[in-house]
Amino acid sequence: MTFAAAGEPLLAVERLRVEFPTRRGTLVAVHDVSFSIAPGEVLGVVGESGAGKSLTGAAIIGLIDPPGRIAGGSVRLAGRRIDNLPYDAMRLVRGREIGAVFQDPLTSLNPLYTIGRQLVETIRTHLPLGESDARKRAIALLEEVGIPAAARRIDHYPHQFSGGMRQRVVIALALAANPKLIVADEPTTALDVSIQAQIIALLKRLCRDHGTAVMLVTHDMGVIAETADRVAVMYAGRIVEIGPVADVIHRPQHPYTVGLMGSIPSIVEERERLTQIDGAMPRLTAIPPGCAFNPRCPHAFERCRRERPELIPAGATVAACWLVAQMP
Amino acid sequence: MNSGAALLDLRGIARYFDVSPPWLDRVLERRGRVTLKAVDGIDLAIRKGETVGLVGESGCGKSTVARLIVGLYAPTRGSIQYDGVTIAGQGTTTDARALRHARRGMQMIFQDPYASLNPRWRVADIVAEPIRAHAPATSRAQLDERVAALLVQVGLAAADGVKYPHQFSGGQRQRISIARALSTNPQFLVCDEPTSALDVSVQAQVLNLMRDLSHALGLTYLFISHNLAVVHHIADRVGVMYLGRIVELAPTRELFANPQHPYTRMLLDAVPDLEMTGKSRVAVAGEVPNPLDPPPGCTFHPRCPFANERCRQEIPKLRAAGGGARGEAACHAVEEGRLPPRAIPLAIPL
Repeated sequence: MTFAAAGEPLLAVERLRVEFPTRRGTLVAVHDVSFSIAPGEVLGVVGESGAGKSLTGAAIIGLIDPPGRIAGGSVRLAGRRIDNLPYDAMRLVRGREIGAVFQDPLTSLNPLYTIGRQLVETIRTHLPLGESDARKRAIALLEEVGIPAAARRIDHYPHQFSGGMRQRVVIALALAANPKLIVADEPTTALDVSIQAQIIALLKRLCRDHGTAVMLVTHDMGVIAETADRVAVMYAGRIVEIGPVADVIHRPQHPYTVGLMGSIPSIVEERERLTQIDGAMPRLTAIPPGCAFNPRCPHAFERCRRERPELIPAGATVAACWLVAQMP
Repeated sequence: MNSGAALLDLRGIARYFDVSPPWLDRVLERRGRVTLKAVDGIDLAIRKGETVGLVGESGCGKSTVARLIVGLYAPTRGSIQYDGVTIAGQGTTTDARALRHARRGMQMIFQDPYASLNPRWRVADIVAEPIRAHAPATSRAQLDERVAALLVQVGLAAADGVKYPHQFSGGQRQRISIARALSTNPQFLVCDEPTSALDVSVQAQVLNLMRDLSHALGLTYLFISHNLAVVHHIADRVGVMYLGRIVELAPTRELFANPQHPYTRMLLDAVPDLEMTGKSRVAVAGEVPNPLDPPPGCTFHPRCPFANERCRQEIPKLRAAGGGARGEAACHAVEEGRLPPRAIPLAIPL
């Protein structure tokens, strides 16, 4: 369970590359990203804005907005390649095999249709059910995600639900066809703490009950700590460290991960100062040569400025850092 | 609270908003006026040099408090005193000079560094604007010197003054906001979610800077945030707001180690835990009620496991929690001593 998940992976991403052609040349937003997710596993993907975490998720579900495109690598779901499927074939994979939950539940739902209609449509697109059976399944799903009086609420419109309840509806939609994988992009970021706790508990319970794997993209390390089995840390379009969640949080190897963990204020520990990583993540137009983190890294040396490190096993995790390579 | 005169004193401050539908709709649909009680009676005294944190979920009125203090809203009820001068509400001073002096003494830092800086102004002009407003006689040379010093103080370069906001990252823009706020030599800064739009590593930079500045300049902060960990890090005292009222106010260490009010306990249990102590969350039931139609009595009672008949009828007042606790809580159960000690959170039924 270090580099890759044990056993046959459900999702295998190999050297994924996402590019955006611009007038001033091609921007590589996701660069040689490789990871896998085992059935029923929760993989957290963290990073700061612009690190490429959301784009990685979007590439997997085939929702990269043009002119962005997958320019290399492969995405396999249960052994089948899905990154080069035609649009219509991908539409069937999305929903049936991969569910998606996005940050803002209001924009994920169509405001003009009742949630029942949206659920029934999704269910009937992917499962061979008649109208009344689909409606029964929709009510059962709403009950499962904790919406009170589901049989009545099913005929309500999205605006009649609160933010937390809407996110529950979106999760019900993602689960409609019983997919094997859910890609959740910042599912709790728009919600208040107490509601966030409810949604996290819900996601965890559903994964356990259905054996659904989750790729959880978030900037919130606390959410990852509570939910994920493994975590991948992204920086400037690449994975810089990946490993079991407890190891990455308590024994991070990459200096960026170390800085990131130290910069998070805690409600338990009292500190006079937070660890500070000076500077900011480079823009995609100005990624430094060598290791992209070297200008901000307190331990950078000559080799870091020349040569880019690949992921190297380090302790229980894998980190892309020359320091790690030097350790005995 | 103990010694030290209050620099800022909010007394029974309230702000209501009329959110009624248009007159014609009201007549045709026979509906009455609708009032949103964004802030409904808050007493809060902030001493010189202290950092008070205000936390709460969206819609609890914490930003309205910030706007009341800096004068962006006028209070519906109550009064605000700054340095002994009543600057808003009942008994506002008629002394224009004293009022101006008080206004110069407080500045605000906003949440969104992308929206709070004019994109068509150079940074030097943005930072100099409050000085121009409060001391129009300042010469160009003095202004330039002051702006350069301010930019250096917040960790930017003096030469950055000629650039425009879009040339800076989010964290640097928030430094510009801080420089602008410091330009009139204020004593008191109202910070409304100053790091919420920033990434964690950048948030750490800004929090460290704010703490350094408070030590160096003896600043007093009201720090508003929805993030309990950030408030825990920066504040000396914390107030917890729920639906327009402060439900608990205590020294930071006390509040986090020994929360009294059931809502505070619930919030603390809900925060995702990096320590991974294996703590299971209490799946908190329910959501914040509609603020247009708040429940009677204690507004938290529909979600509170300890609510009884009194809670459903009588609004609890903020009073000393007693029992060795140094904070204050607005809770009948705390007052009557019928609140059990903070429970080890039960596992979520799976």
